[in-house]
Amino acid sequence: MTGRVGVVLFPGSNCEHDVVEAVRLLGGEADILWHGDAHVAGVDAVVVPGGFAHGDYLRPGAIARFSPVMQAVAEFAAGGGPVVGICNGFQVLTEAGLLPGALQKNRGLKFLCATATLRVESSDSVLTSAASVGDELRIPINHFEGNYTCSPETLAELRAEDRVVLRYIDNPNGSVDDIAGITNAGRNVVGLMPHPERATSDLLGSSDGLPLLRSLLESARQAAAA
Amino acid sequence: MIFEVQVEVSLRQGVADPQGATIEHSLPTLGFPGVRGVRVGKSIRFSIEAADEAAARTEVDDLCHRFLSNPVIEDSSVIITAASGAGR
Repeated sequence: MTGRVGVVLFPGSNCEHDVVEAVRLLGGEADILWHGDAHVAGVDAVVVPGGFAHGDYLRPGAIARFSPVMQAVAEFAAGGGPVVGICNGFQVLTEAGLLPGALQKNRGLKFLCATATLRVESSDSVLTSAASVGDELRIPINHFEGNYTCSPETLAELRAEDRVVLRYIDNPNGSVDDIAGITNAGRNVVGLMPHPERATSDLLGSSDGLPLLRSLLESARQAAAA
Repeated sequence: MIFEVQVEVSLRQGVADPQGATIEHSLPTLGFPGVRGVRVGKSIRFSIEAADEAAARTEVDDLCHRFLSNPVIEDSSVIITAASGAGR
């Protein structure tokens, strides 16, 4: 049984079709979820994709978190459902309180569009289960507010519970502790700034996003079988 | 009663402020070499109907914490004045 992945579409999202294509490339099913619907249409995993939801007005993710679909995503996550937020989606998940901390403007005042090398720090999450600790992945980044920050208490908790799942090898944006991606206490919600859906083929410069997407699909399959 | 509200949202001390830094860096070439510590924030104005000022403040504080500011990286300050001078 293959799992079905729902990709949330807000006004201003712009990576939703990349995620859908990447999931289909790996043999999974993917559907778009509309932000105005107060349900997740029975999918087995949810991706909140990149872009500029609601124009990033006020703050990235600040308005999107109040969308009807986000209440449904929160309930889905609370029930153990796999949820991944990529780039703007990570910002939405922190604003929604599904992940701790916040994404502030990059150190160095620049919008970053580059390929970053990430180190897998934990394989215990819905996005990294098919990867191994120590794997180095080349994945594109494309953001202005990607500088992860949180209170010292939260950082200590993330570290103690092995919840930093991805770190930058060469920190591009000033993120505290080189954090590129984190998971929640239940390990079923992951947020990351890099775009694994844009690293699915050597023709695109890297296929290193595939292990991450395979992890998500495996999580979806398990959720579908449960 | 109607109250006029002005909310100022600013980045907390220690949080990077690229807009402020960019403005500050450009000022010497414009002939303002002595300007320091530029910080850019947001000013949000609206009116609100509430029984009294305390009730208005409670609602605005909630609005600030849940929506207008992100307490992880931002502070907010609120000025509330009764519209049309009533009660002042």
